Amino acid sequence: MTTKRSITVTVNGQQHQTEVEPRMLLVHYLREVLDLTGTHIGCNTSQCGACVVMLNGEAIKSCTVLAVQADGGEVLTIEGLAPEGGLHPIQEGFWEKHGLQCGFCTPGMIMASYQLLKNNPHPTETEIRRGLEGNICRCTGYQNIVKAVQDASERMSTSAETPVPAGD
Amino acid sequence: MSVPAAFDYHPATSVDEAIALLQQYGDEAKLLAGGHSLIPAMKLRLSQPEHLIDIGKISSLSYIREEQDHIVIGGLTTYVQIEQSDLLRKHFPLLPEATSMVGDQQVRNRGTIGGSIAHSDPAADLPGVVLALKAEIVVQGPQGKRTIPADDFFVDTFTTALAPDEILIEFRLPKATGSTGSAYDKLANKASHYAIAGCAAVITRGQDGSCSAASIAITGATVRTIRARAVENALVGKQLSETVIAEAVSHATDGEDMIVDIHGSEEYRRKMAAVVARRAIMRALERI
Ligand SMILES: Cc1cc2nc3c(=O)[nH]c(=O)nc-3n(C[C@H](O)[C@H](O)[C@H](O)COP(=O)(O)OP(=O)(O)OC[C@H]3O[C@@H](n4cnc5c(N)ncnc54)[C@H](O)[C@@H]3O)c2cc1C
Ligand code: FES
Ligand code: FES
Repeated sequence: MTTKRSITVTVNGQQHQTEVEPRMLLVHYLREVLDLTGTHIGCNTSQCGACVVMLNGEAIKSCTVLAVQADGGEVLTIEGLAPEGGLHPIQEGFWEKHGLQCGFCTPGMIMASYQLLKNNPHPTETEIRRGLEGNICRCTGYQNIVKAVQDASERMSTSAETPVPAGD
Repeated sequence: MSVPAAFDYHPATSVDEAIALLQQYGDEAKLLAGGHSLIPAMKLRLSQPEHLIDIGKISSLSYIREEQDHIVIGGLTTYVQIEQSDLLRKHFPLLPEATSMVGDQQVRNRGTIGGSIAHSDPAADLPGVVLALKAEIVVQGPQGKRTIPADDFFVDTFTTALAPDEILIEFRLPKATGSTGSAYDKLANKASHYAIAGCAAVITRGQDGSCSAASIAITGATVRTIRARAVENALVGKQLSETVIAEAVSHATDGEDMIVDIHGSEEYRRKMAAVVARRAIMRALERI
């Protein structure tokens, strides 16, 4: 009954042109059309942050954005943070500081941390907690997540070669 | 899986085009700005427009600038832009302050001031700020532009003076004169961060140190965002001691219909409205 629309979205540096139903959510486009299942769906009600990706350089909840709204835009997902086989300093931080347990919230936590550190490379503990307000973790607790972001902040300021992927 | 009901999507590239589309599709159409009230409502099927007119990419409606005795803000300006504006921080500190308390970073990246005011959720933050700042709200429809004073804008819960074929395009904030301070305070719902009770306060002090003008708005607690006239009247003309302020805020929600839900009873919300009002007024005074 509704007219499908052709959208062009650059995801992790690669351009995709797809016909989608206007009501398709960005998270479903990423997971089901592009098979990028690293972005998770937790609550599907804009609360938990499991679906966070970067859209045109800003962290957004992809369960609350339509795929058609991303037309012409650039998306960065957890899969695009580091080159195949490598880890981004934020991923290393979460690994080293046990910033995850089941890992369900982790892609969203990492993408939200990515924006936080982009705006504020040396956040205080309070700033980290505030920056991650929109992300809920049900099992690790936030202590180690804060430590992971602090660790990532240090790694990023010491490593000369921080991968800055396309789309950002 | 919760997805919106099917609709046709119309990206608008200008205000005129969006107004033409609104006229064409009438009751079956809705405007989409940041989508952070509308898309959740559509996913729950509380809203099922057949035509969605996306004004989110009309970049000419996204600005904050100074014009003689006003600061003007475009209808599609996002929370993040407001939060980061030095101009607003200088003239109306309560606006970036209230904005920084909206939802979370991801919500603030997408949500717009126009969307918040048009939606007019009684638990939202910016309606109170717009009221306390006595904003002039500029809207555009098929007949052209008109300006609605904030005092006439918020009619009822989710109901405003905006006509169905009008778009909210600009907020004009008159610059403060004299010694003025402003602040926003709220008791936030822990999960959503919406206001259980919020207060926006703008206080001006005269040469003798007494309060010469006060503009106090309450949000979250009452069924629509209101000016707390009884509080304003109890402050103006007085030296603002803690006792005077405590007495004044005890009238914060006098005679108003209150929101009653799982987050708070009527009595609790009346008490909390007084508490946040006291805090906002005290902080506004410190900033004079
Ligand atoms: C998890 C979460 C937490 C939140 N927490 C808070 C909070 O703490 N405080 C708070 O205040 N808000 C909160 N919000 C709501 C958020 O602020 C919304 O972004 C805002 O209310 C609506 O702005 P929008 O640009 O997203 O509008 P949309 O959702 O796009 O539109 C909302 C309504 O306004 C209409 N509309 C939009 N723009 C215009 C315009 N220019 N002219 C005429 N009509 C228009 C639309 O047709 C629609 O009916 C939260 C939202 C979420 C998802
Ligand atoms: S799945 Fe998007 S916020 Fe929870
Ligand atoms: S690691 Fe399990 S939800 Fe966060």
